[in-house]
Amino acid sequence: MLQALQIVISGIAQGCIYGLIALGLVLIYKTTETVSFAHGELMMLGAFAGFAFMTLLGLPFWLAFVATVVVLGLFGVALERIVIRPILGQPAFSLVMLTIGVGYAARGIVTMIPGIGTETHTLPVPYKDQTWNVGGLVLNVEQMVVITATAILSAALYAMFKYTRVGVAMQAASQNQLAAYYMGIPVRRLNGLVWGLAAAVAAIAGLLLAPITFVYANMGFIGLKAMPAAVVGGFGSLPGAIVGGIAIGVVEALSGFYLPEGFKDVAPYVVVLVMLVVRPNGLFGEPLRKKV
Amino acid sequence: MRFIFKTSYLQDIRLVRHGGQVFWYGLLVVCLLGAPWIVTEYWLAQLTFVLIYAVVGLGLMLLSGFTGLFSLGHAAFLGVGAYTEAYLVAAGVPFPIAIAGAALLAAATGVVVGLPALRVKGIYLAIATLAFNFIVVEVFARWESVTGGNAGKHVQAPRLFGWSADSDVSFYFVCLVATVVATLAILNLLRAPTGRAFVAIRDSEVSAQSLGIHLARYKTLSFAISAALAGVGGALYAHKLKFISPDQFDILQSIDLVLMIVIGGIGSIHGAFLGAIFLITMPQVIALAKDGLPAVIGQAPGLQGAVYGLVLIGFVLFEPLGLYGRWLKLRTYLQVFPFYRRGMFKRQKSFLKSDRLK
Repeated sequence: MLQALQIVISGIAQGCIYGLIALGLVLIYKTTETVSFAHGELMMLGAFAGFAFMTLLGLPFWLAFVATVVVLGLFGVALERIVIRPILGQPAFSLVMLTIGVGYAARGIVTMIPGIGTETHTLPVPYKDQTWNVGGLVLNVEQMVVITATAILSAALYAMFKYTRVGVAMQAASQNQLAAYYMGIPVRRLNGLVWGLAAAVAAIAGLLLAPITFVYANMGFIGLKAMPAAVVGGFGSLPGAIVGGIAIGVVEALSGFYLPEGFKDVAPYVVVLVMLVVRPNGLFGEPLRKKV
Repeated sequence: MRFIFKTSYLQDIRLVRHGGQVFWYGLLVVCLLGAPWIVTEYWLAQLTFVLIYAVVGLGLMLLSGFTGLFSLGHAAFLGVGAYTEAYLVAAGVPFPIAIAGAALLAAATGVVVGLPALRVKGIYLAIATLAFNFIVVEVFARWESVTGGNAGKHVQAPRLFGWSADSDVSFYFVCLVATVVATLAILNLLRAPTGRAFVAIRDSEVSAQSLGIHLARYKTLSFAISAALAGVGGALYAHKLKFISPDQFDILQSIDLVLMIVIGGIGSIHGAFLGAIFLITMPQVIALAKDGLPAVIGQAPGLQGAVYGLVLIGFVLFEPLGLYGRWLKLRTYLQVFPFYRRGMFKRQKSFLKSDRLK
């Protein structure tokens, strides 16, 4: 029983990472109807930026954290401005290919950095390799930090979307772009802002994941597991992304423990296929149908 | 400038439009037939790969370019074809029956994947096929009695009634025949009602449905044909490499295949071939360029990925019609010289089309 609880907790921690990446995906999808296949790579860039700030520049943890989030946020804004905006309105296929291209390029360029790109690095965070013992449970502090940070971030985003003008404007733009534009909402600027926000969230996910795994150029492939998370939650629902991520993480952890070897890697994909057949709109998505 | 005066309705659906096409495609066929005696052994192998990828590209083009369905998991069908072929040939089945078996099994798999495709659209389909690809690769890795697992599996040369295509030249001709047959089949399909139905579904599902096109049937059919071609391609691929392992059919291969048709020019048969040529020659070009670059860039391991990514971004941004679109522009420029205007192929401005309500 205790062991099962332990597995569930580590699954939740892993799921929070999926959830955070999925959150970025959903944010982007809601505003620009783009599914970003480069989001895992943005997370990877975040982890590398954090590594650069902490190790190469020697900044203290909190300063490096803030710097990473800001840098990636600006990178997201720039990415939207330079490559995404010119082809908005083209078929979704072009956008998907574009983000795949961005992901390839980002991974390739990071790998090309001499002496850094091909190595795996550890992120020197202050809470590395610590454990708490709570009533027989051995809790990994790194995982606890992930869960706590995700909870705080979700609450902050929820508050932003509920109470601030920018958040409400983003919601309006995601529901109906044209109507929002007529109401005087600067939709284009908001799109840039959303990409920035999504990239910043991805950077946080990267910084949270880095102590658990390592920092390496291919860590962005985890973004492919965030897609099932976003689908399970219903693409287009922010709370759904987090819930979907946690669900995927827990299923993955449990199937890694109870099922034969090999099931752990495919569990998220089996879940998403079942979900698409049974309930294509996900747990929180609303069904939409075109009327003529 | 060429003017084609149409005097019968049959001219609309003829495979060759005019005499010029007969000449140029005839020349191409002659060159391909003579290729083993013209080019070196190395380039013949590359040419064989181009043909194999073109077969797969034709399938994916039919699905993505002409039916408008995403697939980010086509390497899975490639893998199904390759492993079926390897298994059947090892069991002593003659080559034509084995390759038909590979195509059929891949098509059956395609139907299975196509079923969720009936309920989900656009990006969900991409994610469904992506998920499917991961599962299939895991099956390849675990089902060791058939696939040999991660250690891989050796593939024997294709055999038929005592004759064996074990030399590079004979296998090249096997691939050439397969490619020509596949191309003609797809061209024929596209001018038939079935192909027209695919294109109608691509352009608007709602209007296709109201014209009486059975969406579920045609989408499944498109998946089946596309997967069958990928299966044939996979079978040839297995013979060419003589060794297959699960990681050859992973998601990166799928992305390569999609990259191929996008760069070639989505929605055109030529695009599949141009894309295949691009995909095969690009690593060679990069390898050649490496010597000219400073060691910091030239010897870096990520160079190929970075170049692929940047080329892909460049094509989507500046040439959405791909290499074939670029060729069309060049041809028009030459045909109407000196009256080519920059706006002739200009993209229409469009509002953000919503995929949610399609």
